[in-house]
Amino acid sequence: MTETNPIRDAITEAIADHPVILFMKGTPEAPACGFSARTVAALQSLGAQFAAVDILPDPRIRQELSAISDWPTIPQLFVEGELVGGCDIVMEMYASGELAEVLKLEGPAEPVAPPADAPQADGLQIENRLA
Amino acid sequence: MPTADELKRRIEAAIPGARALVHDTTGTGDHFRAEVTAPVFAGRTRIEQHRLVYDVFDGDIGGPIHALSLTTRPPQ
Repeated sequence: MTETNPIRDAITEAIADHPVILFMKGTPEAPACGFSARTVAALQSLGAQFAAVDILPDPRIRQELSAISDWPTIPQLFVEGELVGGCDIVMEMYASGELAEVLKLEGPAEPVAPPADAPQADGLQIENRLA
Repeated sequence: MPTADELKRRIEAAIPGARALVHDTTGTGDHFRAEVTAPVFAGRTRIEQHRLVYDVFDGDIGGPIHALSLTTRPPQ
C-alpha cells in the first residue's frame, strides 16, 4: 500500500494553485508573530493579492511545509510555485524594489477582486486577500 | 540555552572564511539576529545563502533557537 500524506499533498497543491501564497503564523488580519506581520505588511503596501495559510492550527503543516521547502522558519512566501524567502529576504527585496518586480507590480496596484471560486486545498484554511 | 557567542562560533567554524555578528535580540537566548559574510555566498541567491547558515544549526531552528534573523552577503 502506498503511504499517503494528505497534509503534504494539500500544501503542494496550495502552492501550485496560488500564484502568490504566504504560509504564516496567524492570519493577515491577526498575525501571531512579528515576522509574519512584517511580511504581510510588505505585501499589502504593494497592493499584492495573495493567499494565506495559517500554519498554527496543526503542527504537521509546518513540519511538512519545511520538508517540502527545505526552509526551517515561518513565514514562507511562494511566488509561482517557488520559495521567494522568509521575512528577512522579503523585507530586503521590498526595500530594493525586487519584491514588486517578482510580484509583477509597479507601485500601488489596481484592486482586483479575487475569483469567488478560488480553488481550496483540502484540509488547509486558505484565504485570498486583497491589500 | 544558546548564546550569541555560541552561534557566532558555530557559523564561523562551519562556513569557511565566514565572519558573523550575532545579537541576542530579546536577551532570552532564543531570538537572534545575525549578519554573516562569507566568500561562499558569492554567486548564490539569498535563499541559498540563508540555507547555508540555517544548515549550520540543523534542527535547532524552531527548537532551542526560536528565531534567527539573517542578513548575508559575500565579503566586499
